[in-house]
Amino acid sequence: MIQYENVTKIFGSGDKSVTAVDNVNFEVEKGELVTLLGPSGCGKTTLLRLTNRLLSLTQGKIIVDDQNIMDINRVKLRQSMGYAIQEVGLFPNKTIYGNIAIVPRLLKWDEDRIRDRVDELLTMLQLEPDTFRDRYPVELSGGQQQRIGVARCLAADPKILLMDEPFGAIDPINRVEIQDEFLRVQGKLKKTIIFVTHDLQEAIKMGDKIAIFQEGQLIQYDTPETILTNPKNEYIADFVGTDRGLKVLGLRKAKDVMVENPANLIQASTKASDALKFLQDKKLEHGTVVEKEKPIGYLTSANLEETEAPIKEIAEAYPKLITPYDNLKDVMSVMLMYDIRVLCVVDEDNNMAGTISLEDIQKSIMKIYSGTGEDKH
Amino acid sequence: MDVWQFLADNKKRCLALTWEHIWIVSLALFIAILIGVPIGIVITRNKKVAQSVINTANVLITIPSIALFGILLPILSLIGHGLGKVPAITALVLYSQLPIIRNTYTAIQNVPSELVEAGRGLGMSRWRRLKEVEIPLAIPVIIAGLRTAAVMNIGIAAIAAYIGAGGLGVFIQEGISRVHQEMIVAGAILVSLLAILVDGTMALLERLITPKGVKIGRKQNQ
Ligand SMILES: Nc1ncnc2c1ncn2[C@@H]1O[C@H](COP(=O)(O)OP(=O)(O)OP(=O)(O)O)[C@@H](O)[C@H]1O
Ligand SMILES: [Mg+2]
Repeated sequence: MIQYENVTKIFGSGDKSVTAVDNVNFEVEKGELVTLLGPSGCGKTTLLRLTNRLLSLTQGKIIVDDQNIMDINRVKLRQSMGYAIQEVGLFPNKTIYGNIAIVPRLLKWDEDRIRDRVDELLTMLQLEPDTFRDRYPVELSGGQQQRIGVARCLAADPKILLMDEPFGAIDPINRVEIQDEFLRVQGKLKKTIIFVTHDLQEAIKMGDKIAIFQEGQLIQYDTPETILTNPKNEYIADFVGTDRGLKVLGLRKAKDVMVENPANLIQASTKASDALKFLQDKKLEHGTVVEKEKPIGYLTSANLEETEAPIKEIAEAYPKLITPYDNLKDVMSVMLMYDIRVLCVVDEDNNMAGTISLEDIQKSIMKIYSGTGEDKH
Repeated sequence: MDVWQFLADNKKRCLALTWEHIWIVSLALFIAILIGVPIGIVITRNKKVAQSVINTANVLITIPSIALFGILLPILSLIGHGLGKVPAITALVLYSQLPIIRNTYTAIQNVPSELVEAGRGLGMSRWRRLKEVEIPLAIPVIIAGLRTAAVMNIGIAAIAAYIGAGGLGVFIQEGISRVHQEMIVAGAILVSLLAILVDGTMALLERLITPKGVKIGRKQNQ
């Protein structure tokens, strides 16, 4: 756990002094990933550098696992926290291997163990170990170098990670993959992470909590969902944007809004005329055809009129089956792309789990906006 | 005038004086490195101190060699070495300080700040950072300073023959007093060849010792 108590950092003195971090108070729970967000110059990097004592505090204190950082040997403190700097800063005279091995070597790991660790990290960061291990930093692209910077900070498996825009230079495709992989690993290892980013989307996706700063002050510290649904003031609302409703959809999962026992199920063995009657009686536009728990496709009244064919053949297949963990943004884009208002959610065994409709999603957005305007904090 | 004849006739003496010249310069350079490189590194911690150290070295290098020998004479006489190799080597060490200190200082200073930051942030001690990052990156520029010092010292050592230090300057000094032109020219040629040879060797050393990752980077930038 990291606790910031009245943390202040002032650079310089007199008229020229700059208050980079202004009386900041918050706590990062053990095993939590907190993203720091805010415009350039708001003090994000300064806060990280205060945490590992690259800078000294002007006021306040920082407590790491119940110990004041001032009572911990500086070098020991830094070795216990991984640090990925904003500028990446790989050592050009060392190979990729040599760069990643820095902290393990400081900690006197044996070389076999280091070798395994380096390969493991390269693989995790989507870089082929045999290709990259013996290259020099100049032989890598900016995005690849940045991944090595992340590997270097993870190398000795520190419990705390300070990461300053670690994925900023990585192309969007690799970035998404690395974010996913990072989250997957974090789900297992549960490190305490402070993660600076400029990218709101990334902050929302990665953060258990988000801390938004303005001119050195911590303006709001909350879960991504709360920040999006209940921005504390104008500044935060502007920061998260008017499309924050859509952003929340990125956070919510299909399972949160799906209807688990939909009323429109039709067994595949049903006759077309019976199916039509069923839809008309219940005033349903759309029927989901299932056979032994597995969804086969969907039917509308129009499909069923004047036909006696088995409905299994008439049913149109769903363009895509949704899993309970797909986010609503993705679900909605499938709906828009295929012009279909209802989709089917299936579990791991492809058994029917429920249905989800555009109306359900819309209702979930409406709730978000109804919360705006009132200052709830 | 038959310089070649002179060289052929005095092969043994030529070799002996060349050898003497080399070891005076080498010993001086070795001592100069032991003094200059650590000074160059230490002064990176304080800009003001650095400025005054470099200024002092600057003043030293502007003193003409004959004058410096004159200044050293009474001082080193106190330990009974007013003339000979001791004042010669002392002078060479002093002259070497500017190129060595200045290059070491500049090279360490020019290590990109994000690398220093990264090293500190990872928990590398100052010594470890120096050893693994700063010195390897600074070494080409430090060697360039040594190269300047070595070449300059070969010339100054020739003058030191006047205070009885020996070396190839002996040919020139003796040749002048005996009005022996072949001897003077032979001395001049040998000193020049030595300087060119050392310069080439140091250039090679500079290339060999540059870290591979840095070399690849330079090639890409061309
Ligand atoms: N060493 C320093 N000396 C003086 N002022 C500094 C120093 N480091 C940072 N500052 C100032 O402190 C403020 C905060 O800087 P900081 O680097 O923490 O911003 P940041 O939030 O990381 O910005 P960015 O998103 O651009 O990286 C800025 O106004 C900056 O100019
Ligand atoms: Mg920054």
